[in-house]
Order: sequence, then C-alpha cells, then structure tokens
Amino acid sequence: MLSRVADSLYWTSRYLERAEHTARIVDINVGLMLDKSAISEERRWRRVLAALGHPRDIEWDDDVYSLVYTLCFSATHVGSVTACVISARENARQIREAISTEQWQRLNRLFHDVSRLRPPSPSDTQLSEFMPTLIDGVHLFQGVTDTTLSHGEGWQFLQVGRFLERATATAKLLAVYQDDVFANSTDVVDAYSYLEWIGLLRTCTAFEAYCKVYTADLTYERILEFLLLDPEFPHSIRYSIDRLYQSLDAIQQQSHGQHATDLTRVSGKLQASLGYAQINEIVAQDPARYLRRILEQCRHIHDLVYEVYIQYSVQTALAM
Amino acid sequence: MSTTLLRGEFDSRLLREYFLDDAFDEMFTPDGGIRSHYAALLKVLSDLPREELQRRKQSADVSFLMQGITFTVYGREEGTERIFPYDLIPRLVTGEEWDRIEKGLTQRISALNLFLHDVYHDGKILAQGVIPREIVYSCQHFRRQMRGLQVPRNVYVAVAGTDLLRLKTGEYVVLEDNLRVPSGVSYMLTNRRIMKRTLPHLFHSYGVRPIENYTQALLSTLRSLAPEGRPEPVIVLLTPGVYNSAYFEHTYLARQMGIELVEGRDLVTHDNVVYMRTTGGLKRVDVIYRRVDDDFIDPLAFRTDSILGAAGLFNAYRSGNVSLANAFGTGVADDKALYAYVPAIIRYYLGEEPIINNVETYLMTDRSQRQHTLENLQNLVVKAVGESGGYGMLIGPHSSAADREEFRRRIEANPRNYIAQPTLDFSRSPCLLEDGTIEPRHVDLRPYILFGDKVTIVPGGLTRVALRKGSLVVNSSQGGGSKDTWVLG
Repeated sequence: MLSRVADSLYWTSRYLERAEHTARIVDINVGLMLDKSAISEERRWRRVLAALGHPRDIEWDDDVYSLVYTLCFSATHVGSVTACVISARENARQIREAISTEQWQRLNRLFHDVSRLRPPSPSDTQLSEFMPTLIDGVHLFQGVTDTTLSHGEGWQFLQVGRFLERATATAKLLAVYQDDVFANSTDVVDAYSYLEWIGLLRTCTAFEAYCKVYTADLTYERILEFLLLDPEFPHSIRYSIDRLYQSLDAIQQQSHGQHATDLTRVSGKLQASLGYAQINEIVAQDPARYLRRILEQCRHIHDLVYEVYIQYSVQTALAM
Repeated sequence: MSTTLLRGEFDSRLLREYFLDDAFDEMFTPDGGIRSHYAALLKVLSDLPREELQRRKQSADVSFLMQGITFTVYGREEGTERIFPYDLIPRLVTGEEWDRIEKGLTQRISALNLFLHDVYHDGKILAQGVIPREIVYSCQHFRRQMRGLQVPRNVYVAVAGTDLLRLKTGEYVVLEDNLRVPSGVSYMLTNRRIMKRTLPHLFHSYGVRPIENYTQALLSTLRSLAPEGRPEPVIVLLTPGVYNSAYFEHTYLARQMGIELVEGRDLVTHDNVVYMRTTGGLKRVDVIYRRVDDDFIDPLAFRTDSILGAAGLFNAYRSGNVSLANAFGTGVADDKALYAYVPAIIRYYLGEEPIINNVETYLMTDRSQRQHTLENLQNLVVKAVGESGGYGMLIGPHSSAADREEFRRRIEANPRNYIAQPTLDFSRSPCLLEDGTIEPRHVDLRPYILFGDKVTIVPGGLTRVALRKGSLVVNSSQGGGSKDTWVLG
C-alpha cells in the first residue's frame, strides 16, 4: 500500500472519530447546562475546551451559543465538527480508489448533510437534527467500512486512526475530570456531581454499559476503572489500545515491516501495562500522572507509525 | 430560414420549440420526418408523463452528487460543489456509421504512430519534403530528448481521443486529435451507468453495443507496453493530484483497473529505476499511465519548477526501465498546424486514402492561404495552434471589427501560431431542457482509441453538447455538457 494512502486512511478515520467525540461532548454539555448546576457556564465550557485539547483559535468568550456554533459548524476552525468532517472527506477524496464506493458515498452524504444543517447564524443554533445526523453518519460509515472494505492493510490503518484517536480523547477527558471534578469531590455524592458524572459516562456512551456492570451506583473509582481498564467496553482506553495493538501487529505482518520493532515494543508495552493494571494502585498513586503517561505514549505511537510506514527516509529503505 | 416542427404524431408540447435549419439534425430529416432509429426513443419520451421525465432527471442528478462526480466552485468557505451538466436523451449512432468511424480512426492512429516514430528517428517524411521541417521543429510540443529513443512496440500514442463533427451532409469529419492526455472517458462510462438506471427498458430495446470493457482494455494495452523481462508488470496511474479537474476520472480509472493511483511525491528514482513509496518499503514500477503533461513530469528533464512530477523519471524511461503511456513528445502530432497534413501522413505511411476527412484548414505560414484568411476573417474560425479548451479563438461571424483587427495583427506577427477553418454548422441532437421540452443543440463526438498490441475502440464515446442555445462551443469550461452515445446494431 502506498504510504500516502495509508496516511490518508489514518486521518480519515481519526477525523471522523474526532467529529463524533466533539459532537457528543458538546451535545451533552448543552443538555447539562439546562439543569441548575453547581458550576458556572464559564467553568463548564472551559472544561469542555480542555477535554478537546484546547482546539486552535477557539476560546471561551462569554457566549455559549456562539461557542457551540463554532465548535459544531465553523468550517474554518480546524477543531470543529464540520471542519473534521470536511477534513475526513478531503482525505478520503485523495484516496478514492483505495476505499469502497459505498464508503465514499456514505462519507460524501455525511458531508452534504452537515453542510445542509448548518444554521445561518449562532443565534439560530439548532442541534436536534444535526447531532443524530452526524453521529449516525459516522456510525454508518464504520458499518459500511466493515462490510464493504477488505479487512486488509487499508482497513487496519483505518482502525489505527480510529482507536488511537479514541484512546487519546478518552484519556484527555478523564485527565480533565480528574483535575476539575474528582479532585474536589467528597465521598458523599450530591445531585449536582451525580449529573456531572453521568455526563462523563454519556460522553463516552458508557452510562448503560456501566450500569450493567456496576448498577447505577456511581463512584469515582468505578467510573475511572470502567473507562480506563474495562476490557470489553469499546470506548475504554484499554479496549482501544488492545484494538490499536492488534491492528499495528496485522499491518506489520502484511507489510513485512521488519523495521517496526520500536513500534511493536512501545504499543505492546502500553497494551500490556493496561492489561495488568489495577485501579486501586492507580488511584493510590497519581491518576492524573498515569493518564498523562498514556497520552505521551499515544503521541509516541503516532510518531513511530509515521517513521516506520509513512515518512521513512529513502536511504533507509534502499538499505533494507 | 428555420422551420418549426408541427407534426401531429408526437406530443406537440414536448417539441414545441424544436426547429430545423441548415445544420444536420440527428433526429429529424430536413423535411421534418423522423429518422427511423430515433422513432422508438421519441415515442417513449412522448408517452412518459412530463413530470416523470423530470423526476428521473432529478434522481440521476442526486446520484451524480452523492457519487461525488462533481467539480468545486471555489470562493466560498465550504466550497460549493456542482455536478457536470449532462443530458438525459441519448445520441444514437447506427452500426453502419460506427463501423466506418472505427475503420477511419484505426487508420488515423496507426498512421500517426508511424509518423511519430519517423519524426523521432530517421525523419524520412521530412527529408522527402512531404511535411516541411519547420512545422515539426517549431512545434512547442516537439521533444528533442526523444530523438533516437526506442519505445516499446513503437507505440507513442497508446490512448487517444479524437473529436469528430458531423457536417450538413451527415458526413463525419475529424476536428482535432488529442494525443497527449485526453480526458473525459469516465464521463462516457458514468453516463452509460446512469442511463441504464434511468431508462432501462428503452436501453434494452435498442440493443446497444456495450462499452463497459473499456477499463479492462486499457489495462491490457498498458500491460502490453511493459519493459522486456517484466512478465508481471506493476502498472500505476500518475495523477497531478486532487486539485486537477480530471481527478475524479483518475481515481475512477485506477479503481476500475485495480492499479495504484500515484502522485509525483509517491515516486522515487534510484539508479534509473522508478519506485513507489509503500508501507512495506520501496516497490518497483514498470508502466506508468501518466495523466501529467510532458512539461511537468520530471523537473530534471523538463520544467524545473514542476512539483507534480518525479525527478529522474525521464532518465529511467530512457534506460528502458519504465514505460510511459503516452510517450513524451506526442503533442507534435496533434499540433493544429500539423493537423492539416494528417491526410498526407496517412497516404505516405499507409498508401491509403483517409476514410474520415479533415475539416478544411488554412495554414497561416502559407502566403496565399494567409491572404485568403485575412480577406475573409468574418466567415472563418481562427485558432491558436497550442491552445485547447476553446481558448484563444476567433469565431468570425460572432466577432467585432476590433477582434478581427487584433487577430489580423497577431497572425501577421506570428503566422506559425495560427490556423483558420470555415465556421462549421455542425450537427444538432435533441436535448431535454429545464422546462421539460426538447430542443436541438450542437454536439460533437469524442471516441476513445487504445493502441497497444492491437487497436481497441469501444463503440461510442463522449458526446459533448453546447447546452446554450445557438452556441457552437461544447467545452465544459464554457457551458458545455455531455450525453450518452448509443451505438446500435
């Protein structure tokens, strides 16, 4: 597979994952804002921006609807949902021949839907049709990807982009909640905190799945355990890293990448450490630091993917 | 001069504005009778409720949009996308007409390939004075670097698209040859797919010759050009990238052939061998179907400021380690001034008379022809030899005195750069308008010719339509559209 194609596949799914995550975090916080809340609007939206990794050029400016509009619909702010969909489509457009027609049409339709639903101005911001369209669109793309594209190297690069983005997003979200919510909470959970915690779980589509394991009894340690270490829940960090590792392994086998030793080591180490970690140890030490370490390792994996498969030097390749 | 059709046998609302004049009408004879092969088509169109035809047109539009068969209109932040205009009424070509076209085009491409080989080797045709040396050597697409270079099977032009017009008499003539990187074949193929979906029963009843084997034929043509000793050649399609207006076509062809679509930045040349960068390291490339112009393909050999090509590609080609389709320097054979000599080229190499004629052409380098042109500018079309896409043209009957003065000055300053042709009243074909009525519009026909170990021309081609009433310009950059072409029998 061409390196450039692998690069575009990786970013197509990363951008779509990012679009979905951004849409959901905005949607949930708009909902939470409606209830009486213990925290100010400013604090809430600064937290959202932090959880999104402080998207470039997007600042809190005392106007919720203008911020929500920018986060959802701006085509010029790179972190917005619409900009992510545009970027995903631009990447897919450059590799039309590498993805299936069904995938392309699905993504193209999503782009046209998103453009159609953009309100004329921030004061008319309406999310009730936009959110389900966007989230369904991304899910349909994933479904079509799984059923129409061979599960070969290209499909694996799509998985790498998706799960690396998902692990990163969940880790950032947990790190922000760690500092802003959990650090200030007491043993007794009041109604306000309860709503915030549900919000966190729902941002990861985890509320129902959590209840099935632990019932609706929310505790800090269990939430952290579920989102960080659950082996079966698709938005947990451990699950994402497991899938990331499997895909990187499959790519290495298919491309005969003997030079991928570092990548295998770093991703394998992260996968193993999450597999053997215990929540009480993490909580007893420094959870914020633990999450930051995961983020660093995710970044390192991204760099190594580039070094091994995409931007290797010609001299190195000729010498092999 | 024009007569309006008023015949009772068809839905008169549908043909309310249909008119006939001197130009050949594809559907009606000059006295208003229907040509027999169009009768079934017109019957179906008349019988369909008007809204039904509109509805089918809309659903075809949506299909184009969703498939992303669009071009981008720049200037707005989200980028507005439009579909390429197309017409739902097919152009019909009888089997008999087509068989003659096919023979004529085969003859023409064979002669032009022999000519290119001669020009880049012994130059016999020049030595014998059949063609003036000046015409060839002054051509901006002549590539000195190709002198003496052996190309696989002596095939210079592997993929060609030749533009045909139909005159008042119904005779097909060649307007121009496109021998460098002709485009539009993907529209031929998608038009067909849409038509089969939109009017399936009608299509079936006509017994149309299939064209779907084009991509497979293109692949075997490319494979037949592989360098010796490469039995399982790696074939790639080289595109200038996503911003090229034909990018959709590049991805379409690559996907249909199952070959890699590469950009210049994917290619690396080392020791005169071309490789592509893959996730598994460098992989050798044997045949390149290039959709990048000569000028931009190798910054070391041609334009040094090009970022679309791959450095060192030309030397690898020279060494015979990689094949290119088309070869470099084929543009010398589709130069508009050389065009006038193609009948002589056919006679010289094949000893045959041309089966399809040229349009009469005046060379400005010839004193008496120039004189004639300058005296009759208001009746002629003047074209710059190196331009395409309908640019750099003077259409005499539609020009002002100032325009003609400007072209007179330009012709006198640089006669080699211009040719003149009579203003042609070429044929018109019925088209469906926005309001649901049918009117005639001017059309041309571009069949696609493949030349490898054999010649393949899929029956039909791209019929381009001048969608604006009265317009003679079919180029998509100037308000043109396209329609499906059905070769019958």
